[in-house]
Amino acid sequence: MCKHYLYSILCISTSLCFKPFRCRSLPAQRKYMRSPPIPEMATQEVQLSETLAHLKTESDTLKGKLEEERAKLHDVELHQVAEKVEGLGQFVMKTRRTLKGHGNKVLCMDWCKDKRRIVSSSQDGKVIVWDAFTTNKEHAVTMPCTWVMACAYAPSGCAVACGGLDNKCSVYPLSLDKNENLAAKKKSVAMHTNYLSACSFTNSDMQVRLSRMGEDTCSSFVTALHHFFDLTELFKVFRHVLHDFMSLQGCDKKANVWDMRSGQCIQSFETHESDINSVRYYPSGDAFASGSDDATCRLYDLRADREVAIYSKESIIFGVSSVDFSLSGRLLFGGYNDYTINVWDVLKGTRVSILFGHENRVSTLRVSPDGTAFCTGSWDHTLRTWA
Amino acid sequence: MTINTLAKGGWHRDQMACFRKMEKVIVAMQDPDMGMKMRNQRLLITVIPHAMTGRDVINWLMQKYNMCEEEALHLGGMLVRYGYIYPLKEPRSLVLRADESPYRFQTPYFWTSTRWPATELDYAIYLAKKNIRKQGELMEYEKERYSVLHKRINHTWDFVVMQAREQLRASKQRRKADRIVLECQEQAYWLINRPPPGAYNILDMGLERPNNFSTRVTLNSDYYKREIEFCRRALGRNRVKSSICLEGFVKYSEQYLSHDPIMQGCLPSNPWISDDTAHWTMNTEVVPIPSRLRVERWSFSFMELLNDAMGRREFMTYLEKEFSAENLCFWQACEDIRHGENSRIVEKVEEVYKNFLAPGAARWVNIDSKTMDKTLKGIQHPHRFVMDDAQMHIYFLMKKDSFPRYLKSDLYKNMLAKAIVPQEVKKSVFPFMRRQRHSSPSPAQAVAQASEEEGRA
Repeated sequence: MCKHYLYSILCISTSLCFKPFRCRSLPAQRKYMRSPPIPEMATQEVQLSETLAHLKTESDTLKGKLEEERAKLHDVELHQVAEKVEGLGQFVMKTRRTLKGHGNKVLCMDWCKDKRRIVSSSQDGKVIVWDAFTTNKEHAVTMPCTWVMACAYAPSGCAVACGGLDNKCSVYPLSLDKNENLAAKKKSVAMHTNYLSACSFTNSDMQVRLSRMGEDTCSSFVTALHHFFDLTELFKVFRHVLHDFMSLQGCDKKANVWDMRSGQCIQSFETHESDINSVRYYPSGDAFASGSDDATCRLYDLRADREVAIYSKESIIFGVSSVDFSLSGRLLFGGYNDYTINVWDVLKGTRVSILFGHENRVSTLRVSPDGTAFCTGSWDHTLRTWA
Repeated sequence: MTINTLAKGGWHRDQMACFRKMEKVIVAMQDPDMGMKMRNQRLLITVIPHAMTGRDVINWLMQKYNMCEEEALHLGGMLVRYGYIYPLKEPRSLVLRADESPYRFQTPYFWTSTRWPATELDYAIYLAKKNIRKQGELMEYEKERYSVLHKRINHTWDFVVMQAREQLRASKQRRKADRIVLECQEQAYWLINRPPPGAYNILDMGLERPNNFSTRVTLNSDYYKREIEFCRRALGRNRVKSSICLEGFVKYSEQYLSHDPIMQGCLPSNPWISDDTAHWTMNTEVVPIPSRLRVERWSFSFMELLNDAMGRREFMTYLEKEFSAENLCFWQACEDIRHGENSRIVEKVEEVYKNFLAPGAARWVNIDSKTMDKTLKGIQHPHRFVMDDAQMHIYFLMKKDSFPRYLKSDLYKNMLAKAIVPQEVKKSVFPFMRRQRHSSPSPAQAVAQASEEEGRA
């Protein structure tokens, strides 16, 4: 098949070189024609490399076509559409609570559905559950490893999931008996290779979505846990129309959208110039934002299938570690490696405010479930709630 | 697992970009036309040329990037922390002061990015030089490191000492001002690349990232085949015009604006600001009378209604009046299967079949025959998502039919009319009258109690 294809290209090209009167004789001769320019395909290696080149060309052509198709429907820019929207006034947000207690860099945090409790994990191996409103610590778990990169609060508020360099995801039920050793009751899922980089619960306590760091085909999959945390097997999850089981992933410079049913990556965006550190859905689910080491945040629309906005400034030099939207999606908060938080007007593309306070890089940022505040965790060992 | 925080590879790639950007700023600062005005600074009895004050740096940044003083101070501070500008007074304190303190640009030779990573050999030579110059009067930590290095690279120690002596001899032939400058530059470099214990390590980059994926991917035919397949699928998908999508964002933000406490505040007050938890109390999952905003939100979309426990309850009441409550029950049962325990899937699917799908079932749901056939076949081998199609069908049925009618119904309208609009309560004016912050029952406690009661019953 391939040979034939190449042969026909060559036929066309050679016919162009011939003088016109020769063309008429070409069709009859084609059967017998041996194209002089290409050597005999004697060895298989030559065959393979020709196939490879052919595939590469096809891949590149298709990619070009895809870009063209995407561009065809791009009839307006976001800031143009946003011109009619009222600008935002003076923006005042302050640190309202500072949570001290971790002994090392805070790496991850998550809110409880009760809008005031949070769980945070740190490089020192501790996972702490706080009532952020009163700043009291309610539970503390010591993990058997350092660098607990990921933690999540269960929807019921009765458990937390966490993991890191132990290459596992562990779920701890939150006991109220102060004397009880939480670690004794934990249940774990092994990740087999590489450490856990992110985890979150889906709609229920029964399922945790996990993602491993460091794989070519970085996979997000769901583990179902029996009621009260007996372990079970991993399985492939299937698509649901209401986007529950669609997963976002920032992998290198690409932002991918995974359809968990087929385990397929259904959309991919590669416009960042550096590694992506954080991806978060826009509240309506039709778009998502990403934050990257190239010091920009970008907004990608899933229906238009393209990047629609870039949030950057010449004076912002350091990478974004974490992003999240305010409840209405009008504001995008970014935690940066230069210890600041930049607040962006999503529609107009301008920076609304810059917040100072942390004394080391901001590693994690989440808006509370009811949107009343957002919490940041930092390498300065503290967490701050801003409102 | 060992963590090599100063390893090359991932770190190198990410940080180089930052360094390049900082270097661009530095170069712009030194631009003869648009850059900063520099002057001679007096340091004790010597005059150091090409120096500037902290105030100069801040003013220049404010002007160039049109930023406020706080931000300029912060950005300038980062430049000092990364060693591009170093202080002449108090060289160990890598802080930018917004006053007349003198600073100087670091020479590109000593930029961290130039000779990355700083080698042990270089550090040993530096310490040896210092040792000779100060006749053994090094700082404590420097002494320790010196002896550690001495042990570790003992085999090249002669070379180290020789180099140190050479460099010292060369520097003696310079002018005093130049010599001091060079010493300051070198010291600044090592303060950053080998910070004293307890000092902040700016070059701590955290956990080493795995290598760049794209450099590991072999560009073989499989890879291209995958890419081609992906592109083909992508080309086949329907896309929506940008104007429509972007309008969507504008509309969504507008619709939810009053619900966004950060944007428009919340009533009676934002608990984080006023220390008053009334807002949360009024909006718990089940309240006797919900707030107006909450009830309004149910009308935004069907999912909003379903996501709110009270909304679901109200909707169920309405459906009961309409004799179509089995739809919502079915939907809820399907959700339970999708999100529930593995071990109970088979049992739940059977229940659902018995109650909703079997011919003559008590709460039979009206699904089209094609979906019904597919579902019945799937039930033979039940799995988590066997009810997906049927659930979707019923969902859209409710969304298109019952939901709009619910919004027009008296039930909803009455709820809306009854709903409370809390009074705004401003934060107390007197800062010392801080309210008591009360703790709330942990969600874990509520469940523990419930299961206790269940156990007893």
